[in-house]
Amino acid sequence: MLRVNCVSKSYPAAERPVLSQASLSLDAGRTLALTGESGSGKSTLLHLIAGLDAVDAGEISVGNVRVDRLDDAGRAQLRRETIGLVFQQFNLISSLDVRANLAFQARIAGRFDAAWQAELAERLGLEELLGRYPEALSGGQQQRVAIGRALAVRPALLLADEPTGNLDEASGDAVLTLMLALVRDSGSALLMVTHSERLAGLLDARAHLRGGTLA
Amino acid sequence: MRVLAVLGALVSHWRRQPVELVTLLVGLMVATALWSGVQALNAEAKTSYARAASVLAGDRLSSVTAPGGARIDLADFAALRRAGWDVSPILEGDIRMGTGGLRVIGIEPLTLPAEAETYQVGAGADRLQAFLEPAGLGLVSEATRLRLEGAEGLPPLATSADLPPDTMIVDIGLAERLLDAPDVISRLVIAQVPGPLPDGLAGRLEVRGPQTSGDLERLTDSFHLNLTAFGFLSFVVGLFIVYAAIGLAFEQRKPMLRTLRAIGVSARLLTAVMLAELAALALIAGLAGVTVGYAIAASLLPDVAASLRGLYGARVPGTLSLAPSWWAAGLGMSLVGALAAGGASLWRAWRLPLLATAQPQAWLGAQRRALRWQGAASILLALGALAAFVAGGGLAAGFALMGSVLIAAALALPGVLAAILAFGERRARGPLTVWAWADGRQQLSGLSLALMALLIALSVNVGVGTMVDSFRRTFIGWLDQRLASEVYLTGRDAAEAEALVAWLDARPDVTARLPIWSAQTRLGGWPAEVYGFQDHPTYRDNWPMLAVLPDGWDRVAAGEAALVSEQLARRADLAPGDALDIPTPEGVWRVTVAGIYSDYGNPAGQAMVGIDALTDRWPDVERLRFALRTDPANAQSLIGDLRAEFALEADQVIDQSAIKDFSRRIFERTFTVTIALNALTLTVAGIALFTSLLTLSNARIAQLAPLWAMGVPRRRLAFIEMGRTLMLAAFTALLALPLGLLVAWVLTAVINVEAFGWRLPIFVFPVQWAILVGLALLTAFTAALWPVIRLGRATPVTLLRSFGNER
Repeated sequence: MLRVNCVSKSYPAAERPVLSQASLSLDAGRTLALTGESGSGKSTLLHLIAGLDAVDAGEISVGNVRVDRLDDAGRAQLRRETIGLVFQQFNLISSLDVRANLAFQARIAGRFDAAWQAELAERLGLEELLGRYPEALSGGQQQRVAIGRALAVRPALLLADEPTGNLDEASGDAVLTLMLALVRDSGSALLMVTHSERLAGLLDARAHLRGGTLA
Repeated sequence: MRVLAVLGALVSHWRRQPVELVTLLVGLMVATALWSGVQALNAEAKTSYARAASVLAGDRLSSVTAPGGARIDLADFAALRRAGWDVSPILEGDIRMGTGGLRVIGIEPLTLPAEAETYQVGAGADRLQAFLEPAGLGLVSEATRLRLEGAEGLPPLATSADLPPDTMIVDIGLAERLLDAPDVISRLVIAQVPGPLPDGLAGRLEVRGPQTSGDLERLTDSFHLNLTAFGFLSFVVGLFIVYAAIGLAFEQRKPMLRTLRAIGVSARLLTAVMLAELAALALIAGLAGVTVGYAIAASLLPDVAASLRGLYGARVPGTLSLAPSWWAAGLGMSLVGALAAGGASLWRAWRLPLLATAQPQAWLGAQRRALRWQGAASILLALGALAAFVAGGGLAAGFALMGSVLIAAALALPGVLAAILAFGERRARGPLTVWAWADGRQQLSGLSLALMALLIALSVNVGVGTMVDSFRRTFIGWLDQRLASEVYLTGRDAAEAEALVAWLDARPDVTARLPIWSAQTRLGGWPAEVYGFQDHPTYRDNWPMLAVLPDGWDRVAAGEAALVSEQLARRADLAPGDALDIPTPEGVWRVTVAGIYSDYGNPAGQAMVGIDALTDRWPDVERLRFALRTDPANAQSLIGDLRAEFALEADQVIDQSAIKDFSRRIFERTFTVTIALNALTLTVAGIALFTSLLTLSNARIAQLAPLWAMGVPRRRLAFIEMGRTLMLAAFTALLALPLGLLVAWVLTAVINVEAFGWRLPIFVFPVQWAILVGLALLTAFTAALWPVIRLGRATPVTLLRSFGNER
């Protein structure tokens, strides 16, 4: 499903490359935790896989698509249709209510499925919150909306960047448990960036980044 | 030391955000510049009026005059002197000097009261001697001396700084020769009035007390109030920019302010330093503003001076000479404006909680609260406008009405736009369309101030544009009615006029010779003209009557009645059938008002009576001007013959089209100032919109990044951003059209009537509206361009910052 081969990335202001010859792979329907110290390049790798940024060198494939060869429009299409993204900051659209937020990516990808959205809302415990705006939700509720939005498109690959980093332990565990269950049921692959060894242990496999290189 | 450290931290923000600093300074500068520019124009004109009013200490001395503007007999002057009245004679009149006129004032320096001796006539025996000699001496201002240099027929000139332009003081004997008015006295001045006029003179003379403000100031008050209103409007619109810029700086510096407070800087010190910083910026921008204001005033002054001369006969010099108080007032306005615009941010800095709240973007609740408040304030102001219309009177109430209408509409704008956007969101289908409408609603809070400024600027443009074009159309039609005769002719003096009459009577191609003779008087306390007209179809068929009695023309021709101008009718509350008392040299003449006619652009009231009635009551009336009827095709050859026969100067004989062109030019120049201020106001509103969009664009990246991450290309987001701004501007422009028509109605039906005494019909000009809507969209497009380009060019790194701090 996902192949990362010898990827390198530098930023002009940085003293050394953020990523250097990093490689990993993830099969369809499997889950992988990406761990590492702060500044080790975890989020950068996730952004490169999502096509949010461009590699300096190396190859990234999602399914049969070479992400590193896509132009801006191609990468946008890949994110719309193939990838779901969940961020630490939730990044909901504050001008839309929960219902519209949940459906947003599925609709712009042309894959809206009302029954699947209803199921997601029910399983994520959002049924009573559909008419509310993000500002009226707790952090845990907002992250459940973000997960629902990402899964509503039935992505082949779900990328999650510290999805529970802004939540307390109990809320974080609850959200992660739900996410893993939904990922398994939807058949998506999951790559999750986390600091937590405990949370990493809940996934099928783990990869550790140190100094920009995967161990 | 602590103060400097805090100030250094605050100022460091501007080093990192130079565009914002420039925006803030530009906002304050344009607000101050437009206000100061208008004040400079007003100050210059008012100084001229004050000079004119204080000529010969007219503001401190009483005058003895003959009623109805008649001249004073030498016998009456002698009788007054014999009765112990210490009066001094004055002879005044205008002479033609090249392309302009010169007001000649003849005085008798030996009897002139000491209060009037302000021009150093008696400064040294030599000067007084020269003044009294037959060759004489003319006292003029320096500018007038330069203009008159080399002119023939004038005495040697000396300068006196306090004289108004185009005015010359000479000995009364010399004035008699220059004005060709032997043994004539215009008025008598006296320092102390000893008591009632002696018996026998009371009917023929009257005493007027010192005139603290001349007729000129009274007549031009409305002109200057109009200018002030537009200057203030531009100032307020400019402050929208300042408000937006200061608000942006506050939002961006909030984390820094919290940090400063957390490390021990007191709220008092922090607010005081911010206040000092704001004051320093206001002074810098204020200095630039008054300088630009000076330039604006200097460029507009020739048009203002021409308008004042054309409309009111006021002599205002074409160059600015401003007092230091004007500069200080400009800086003061900049400070006041900065404090008014920055007050809210300073208050928020004072009350800033040390810890950031958990939900800083509770936009929906905050917006609903704001909309409720604005709606309530809008309703209150609308009621205030209604009260000003129903109960108020006078020009101030007219401007209060217009101000209330504009601000009420501006306050209602965000609510109306929110309702339109909510409706659009409900009706939208595609996810991005739904988002675009919903997002527009969310952005409304940040954009509403700029949109309010745009609404005000556009509606005032529509209103003033409608008024100006309505006036233009009405005025052209009115000129055609008023100037029906083909040729207008003026004799140099009575002898030439008589010769002209004899010559014209022998010309068969001249079908009518209509006298245009008039006398000056005062009606209802205002200066007024009484015109005599000869009964002729030229008047009956063409005169622009607003109302007339069935037999009105016959009664006027018979000398029983008068037609009055609209402004005189409004000032004196006259209607057809009412009685009107006209002071004449032969006593008060009571006539019936037979009709009312429009008389645009004339500040003085006017009455028209039969020509015989005029000459009976004003036997000395000047009989120099005539309107001639002839075949239009024959007009040029008639003019050519007249010039050849009598060596007439160009402006002594003039055809209809030339006089119409002249009148139109005066009015176009009058409106040049208004249109220039209008355009500047719209520019300022454009800058306000740009500032607000720039303000929002900094926060926009975080709002748009999730959409980009979900696969919406940046180009499409930029397109939506631009579309949303254009849509908001378009809605604002569409709402500005009915509001602009309301403004036009207030201007023509309330303010014009109060200011000038005449009412215009309103015409609508849809092409003008289309141009303005286009201009609004162009303004919005230009303002949105830079933020949208910034978004389009935002690097992935910039966008990714929204998703976390870690790489």
